[in-house]
Amino acid sequence: MSAHESNYEPTSRLGKWFDERLPVARLMHGQFVDFPTPRNLNYAWTFGGILTFCLALQIVSGIVLAMHYQPSAEGAFASVDHIRRDVNFGWLIQPMHAVGASMFFVAVYIHIFRGLYYGSYKAPREVLWILGVFILFAMMATAFMGYALPWGQMSFWGVTVITNLFSALDSIWAGLGTAITEWLWGGYAVTGVTLNRFFSLHYLLPFVIAGLVILHIWALHVAGQNNPTGLDIKSKSDSVPMYPYAVAKDAVGLFAFLIVFAWFVLIMPDYLGHADNFTPANPLVTPPHIVPEWYFLPFYAILRAIPSKLGGVIAMFASVLILLFVPWLDTSRVRSAKYRPYYKIAFWFFVFTCVALGWLGSKPAEQPYVFWAQFFTFAYFAFFLIALPVLGLIETPKQLPRSITESVLGKSGGGGAAVPAGAAAAPEKR
Amino acid sequence: MTTRKHTSALTVAGIAAAGLAAAVMSVPLPAHAAGAAPEIPRVGWSFDGLSGQFDRAQLQRGFQVYQNVCSACHGLNRLSFRNLVQPGGPEFPEEAVKELAKSWPNKIIDGPNEAGEMFERDALLSDRILGPYRNEQAARAAQNGAYPPDLSLISRARNPEYHGSAFSHGPHMVKDILTGYQAGGPDYLHALLTGYTDVPSYVREENGHLKRVGAEGPGGKPVEQCASVNPGEDGKPDECVALAEGMSYNAAFPGHQIAMPAILADGAVEYPKDENGVAMVPATLDQHARDVAAFLAWAADPHLNQRKATGWQALLFLLITTVLLYFGKKRIWSRIEH
Repeated sequence: MSAHESNYEPTSRLGKWFDERLPVARLMHGQFVDFPTPRNLNYAWTFGGILTFCLALQIVSGIVLAMHYQPSAEGAFASVDHIRRDVNFGWLIQPMHAVGASMFFVAVYIHIFRGLYYGSYKAPREVLWILGVFILFAMMATAFMGYALPWGQMSFWGVTVITNLFSALDSIWAGLGTAITEWLWGGYAVTGVTLNRFFSLHYLLPFVIAGLVILHIWALHVAGQNNPTGLDIKSKSDSVPMYPYAVAKDAVGLFAFLIVFAWFVLIMPDYLGHADNFTPANPLVTPPHIVPEWYFLPFYAILRAIPSKLGGVIAMFASVLILLFVPWLDTSRVRSAKYRPYYKIAFWFFVFTCVALGWLGSKPAEQPYVFWAQFFTFAYFAFFLIALPVLGLIETPKQLPRSITESVLGKSGGGGAAVPAGAAAAPEKR
Repeated sequence: MTTRKHTSALTVAGIAAAGLAAAVMSVPLPAHAAGAAPEIPRVGWSFDGLSGQFDRAQLQRGFQVYQNVCSACHGLNRLSFRNLVQPGGPEFPEEAVKELAKSWPNKIIDGPNEAGEMFERDALLSDRILGPYRNEQAARAAQNGAYPPDLSLISRARNPEYHGSAFSHGPHMVKDILTGYQAGGPDYLHALLTGYTDVPSYVREENGHLKRVGAEGPGGKPVEQCASVNPGEDGKPDECVALAEGMSYNAAFPGHQIAMPAILADGAVEYPKDENGVAMVPATLDQHARDVAAFLAWAADPHLNQRKATGWQALLFLLITTVLLYFGKKRIWSRIEH
């Protein structure tokens, strides 16, 4: 897997016997027990583990729900209601899965912002980052199709609006968009046929995500983790073994996250959803405001900010796909925003932009919202296309510490014992 | 040094841009068009918040209101009679509910029997609580084209919109999340049931705008009765939307024209009395509306008591575990300098 050698020593005869035949315990030990992790990781680095937990929880709760769910236009809504009312612990498992989707996105957005802040996409982690964008894309598709399954009003109209986006391709090649849309629907309108195929794909995609996650972790363990200084691990003192150090921190992060998770599941399971989805789907009645779930709102705002339908669709897809090019858009030689004064400001303005777009996405498409959606759509793309390339060229980074060890021990007053010399480790300048 | 200067200049620019955005977004939002939903006041419920639970006596009174008033038109199709016995709900005695099911006016269609015929029979505990109409078409035919919706999920299917400025939307959300408030549905039902008033009066001003006035009007000027007002754009006069035939004015209903008449009133239901013959709660419209809204909140979320009782215990467990893990982590990390 990585350059790191496992220190696994089988203690039992069975362990030794097995190790000679299939060294899976050796592999796990090397990757998840004595794997070297930077000694300066903060709590923002606990979200990788949290996300793995989220995926596992969604798969397990989803498998149970699928045992009671009926993917048909006639039965879907009633079966979800039946799960909540009458299935043993259905009152717990159904909101756990629905809220779990929201929590998954909370965690993944923090994870992505952390990567952007500390430059975790920069060489040699480009493939790691791109795999992450693929995971995000697969998560979005899974969440979108999952939201269709309860077959309430917002499910139905959300599917109708989003699948209709493909018909914008008609303006490029007459009939192409319509053909794609009808192929997605399995007919001439959104019906139970559409619901049934969405259910099939909703069950499939999480396993695709799981595969991508394995590749993502593999790529992580080849390159090694980034850290708040953005410096590479250069000496043994720069790192600590994953167990118990990083594991202990991950456990605190995970349980703190679970407090928030449990708060929503058990105290306010409806807060993150839409009241309209408690009304069964009705193709003849359009809800007054069709809005996606909160985690899609920024992209929905971008979609509606562009006056042309095709342009809006292109901008919306581009807003996610642009993440693929971030490793090459950023021209800075320094990874971490900690040492990049201009980039730090641009980053926080970008965070504000995303929140503002999210708020605007929840509003009707009228003034003054449209103007501000256009303003922040511009700001969104400007971050990637202007700030990332230009700032790297004009900015003078602050003095980098010579090593991770120096950044840690220098901060706590130089440390008592002799500081292991960071030696030849020059500030990262290539 | 120059770097620092540039940084602060950029910081100022960034803050200014954010402030500008916030300032513009916090100006009053565009006047609400005819379809926009009005503001819904919060009632305060026994079941909201972190440790809220349903008040059993209130659920029982609420069912009484449903049975005596609402069930004339609305079903409760996703509930069975047995649910009225279950813990966490009104918890009526089982025998009483058996009797209730038996005497429920809307009979169950069962069959086919051995002769191949469908037949009507009395409801059992396991049967759904049916409304008077067999299907939507029958309801519309009897109700002048209107469709009284099933009430099983109505409390979760309604949620008032936020009405403040963009600037305070964030703090408002944070406050709701921290207090665990998600009782917007019952708030709305209460506001709807108590929202039947006279159609508001308006006088037309010189510039074509309609101005709301008291019922008697300012004297001299002609008064118009408008269920809602469509603001005139580009200097055109405002449009007065009159109440349509067969509709009622309701202050809480989006658009203010509702097909349901003001059926609930003071004393609509006789509430249980104590041993001295004094009613324990007043049989006012407001109380009826609160009780039936609470009952419908239970109908839509019958496991709330259990969920919230589990909730604070689970949260306490997670909180203690997090603290213990934190100290464990501190101890492990104390082995090295960090």
